[in-house]
Amino acid sequence: MIVYTLKRLLAGVITVWFIATATFIAMHQVPGDPLLNDKAVSAEIRKNLERRYGLDKPITHQYLIFLRNMLPPNPDFGISFTQQNRRVNDIIKDHFPVSAILGLLAIFFSAAGGVLFGALTAIYRNRLPDIVIMFLVILGISVPSFVFAALGQLLLVNVNSLMGYSLIPVAGWGSFTHMLMPSLVLGLGTMALLTRLMRTSMLDVVNEDYIKTARAKGLSPQRIFFKHQLRNAILPVITVLGPQIAVITTGGFIVELVFAIPGLGRYFVQAVQQLDYTVIMGTTVFYGAFLVFMVIVVDILYGFIDPRVRVQ
Amino acid sequence: MRLTLTAYLLLFTIGCLGQVNATSVDFDSQSITIAFSEEPPQLNSMKATDSVSIDVLSHTMEGLARYDRRGQMVPGVADRWEIDDRTATFWLNKNAKWSDGVPVTAKDFVFAWRTALDPATASEYAFILYALKNAEVINKGELPPTALAVRALDDHTLEIELERPTAYFINLTAFASYFPIREEFYKKKGERYAADASDLIYNGAFMMTEWVHGASLKLVKNPHYWNKDSISLNAINVDYITADSRSQLNLFIDGKIVHTQLDGDTYKDALSQKFRIRRFTTGVIYFQEYNHRPGRITANKNVRKAIQHVFDPHEMVNRVLATPGNLPGESLFPVWLNGVKGKFRQEYPAPRAKIDVSLARKYLENAKTELGIKEIPPLVLLVGESPTATKNAEYMQGLLKSKLGLDIKIDKQTFKQRLAKMSSGDFDMVGAGWGPDYDDVMTFGDLYASWNLNNRGRYINPEYDRLVRVAMNSSVPQVRMDAMGEMQQILFDDAVLLPTSEQGIIYLIHPKLKGVTRRVIGADPDYTYARVVK
Repeated sequence: MIVYTLKRLLAGVITVWFIATATFIAMHQVPGDPLLNDKAVSAEIRKNLERRYGLDKPITHQYLIFLRNMLPPNPDFGISFTQQNRRVNDIIKDHFPVSAILGLLAIFFSAAGGVLFGALTAIYRNRLPDIVIMFLVILGISVPSFVFAALGQLLLVNVNSLMGYSLIPVAGWGSFTHMLMPSLVLGLGTMALLTRLMRTSMLDVVNEDYIKTARAKGLSPQRIFFKHQLRNAILPVITVLGPQIAVITTGGFIVELVFAIPGLGRYFVQAVQQLDYTVIMGTTVFYGAFLVFMVIVVDILYGFIDPRVRVQ
Repeated sequence: MRLTLTAYLLLFTIGCLGQVNATSVDFDSQSITIAFSEEPPQLNSMKATDSVSIDVLSHTMEGLARYDRRGQMVPGVADRWEIDDRTATFWLNKNAKWSDGVPVTAKDFVFAWRTALDPATASEYAFILYALKNAEVINKGELPPTALAVRALDDHTLEIELERPTAYFINLTAFASYFPIREEFYKKKGERYAADASDLIYNGAFMMTEWVHGASLKLVKNPHYWNKDSISLNAINVDYITADSRSQLNLFIDGKIVHTQLDGDTYKDALSQKFRIRRFTTGVIYFQEYNHRPGRITANKNVRKAIQHVFDPHEMVNRVLATPGNLPGESLFPVWLNGVKGKFRQEYPAPRAKIDVSLARKYLENAKTELGIKEIPPLVLLVGESPTATKNAEYMQGLLKSKLGLDIKIDKQTFKQRLAKMSSGDFDMVGAGWGPDYDDVMTFGDLYASWNLNNRGRYINPEYDRLVRVAMNSSVPQVRMDAMGEMQQILFDDAVLLPTSEQGIIYLIHPKLKGVTRRVIGADPDYTYARVVK
């Protein structure tokens, strides 16, 4: 298990290095100039700006400096181009927790909903609940999140105006009630995905020999369902949950914009639009490392849920 | 796994209970809540270039003079001043204090201006200080910052030598780059200066007490502000930061913010909600810039004249932009600029091109003969990514094809790439805009001077340059405005640019909030003198 974990970690480090290098190359290939702004500046000021961000050095030199600064234990991604007195490290430190809380809540909604609805559809296969839920699932997968975000917010506005006071805030950040609608919206897509996955997996499991054995032993249907069917069927769900956590905690740009949430997703997208080199590198490497880490965590977690993995 | 999640949620629920739902205006506490479209990127007054940062700075800082509610210059840190062609002397108000109670002195201005001009600071707005003697050479690194001809005669007297007569110098002193900075505080903070609420000190009507990055800012009345008695609001809470206009409208409907700007989409919803919609002309002019570099098709005057005679800015504003508030673009000089006595555009009406397709075609034929070509090759129209920019470009494409048979290739680019292409001259036409930096015709007029780096189409005309210099070197209003009037004529005769519109915006404001000033220059909207009524 330890060797396995170490191997996975090493592979993870190489993956992150690869992500960083690819991003660095791609970023410098993007046409445009990060230092240009609405007002043109003189050659002298331009030179000073280049020096400040190290852009006066050859590209290979810039890459080496970047790699050196990125090394643990104290990775330093430098100063943002657009927010010139903020360090990229501070941007990540300030805004990732917001995205993470939102993401975790979204994952909670989607996992709970996904497992519940997935199990329901499997139990009521080809009957009305199944058809209704599967219709909603297709809707959930195919409708983009900005539509749900706008609809969700509109719903809150209408509910609040009906109530005569603000029951649930329509946007902003700070209290638990602020998080409800955005995390639900953020989790919808994943919930739909997990529902489908759970349904298929439940239907696969139901024909397995061990279920038949359990039934033959005379176990109660509840016990069969919870102890044997659900526990086995949930495995594929856990597999996708890991990467999905990373996707959700990083992919909330639209939701963050609509609900005025100070998450990292906003900075990430804006950085790309503004060619903010340091923030692009910082957030990509951070997200990359986070994604890789989540996959490893899930792999290890697998061992606990399914003893067969440990034996292999 | 799920257990931990539940624990997380529980913790949050417990931690966050008891939050009060605030409303956007409160009469008793005289506080309001607003939304920003983005986090202020740079609150160092020497380096700020964007409108959100300048909004915050204009509420929290004060220069030698400031704009009053009617847009007139009134005393700020300075009580009184004397300005002639070569020098300016300012006597500072002895009650002007920083937010920690320390007096604002003349040295704070000297320090701020020297530092902003130091090439090492790399201030993008340093050029606005070029009215000060030696400023430009210092900014080029040819003289040390100490060579700036600005002296603190004592704590309360500031003597300034001007590079040339600057009729609008007093207007400049209200601009963020002219705000004072206290040396000892600035040096103590170093790189962190202006990074957080506690990394700044303030000498304006408000001070920032909280800044949660990306989420909220809180401005409260500055107890040390010399003119605090004329300030009614105790607090301005910026509780929301989102660029999504629909989200802002929803917050307004929900009673959470006092002001929101509308766009083509949200306008209809605001109408259906029966809100009173207000309009404001921002002072920004939009135009199509031509590439005048030799060898370009658009360097040919007849091509530009042909386009001038088929383009109708009224149609553009009414049928393409189609939101209230915009004005047709008829000149580089927008309608709000002051002239000698009244408005510049009333004293010097903008010449208008008659819409005449057959005349335009004649111009085009002449162009083909001059260029020695049978057909004009497709012209590249460079535009930004916004839906409005796209709509305008497509309108232009359709218009020029149908009226003149010209093929237009629309080159849609991201912000930075569009700028890169503008700078390198990789376009025939480009959709551009220009907002004023100070309240004088010159802020538009020198845009087409051959030395102006923002003249991205590289229009070079010695006569135009001469007129800019005349206006620059004189402080006699009649002389300056006459020169500007001639410049306006040249821009028309040469069809140097194609003005399209003057930006108008539509917005909603809470009916209980009075005294909000809309400004063409500086903070807009300006809440400094606002008050909440019952």
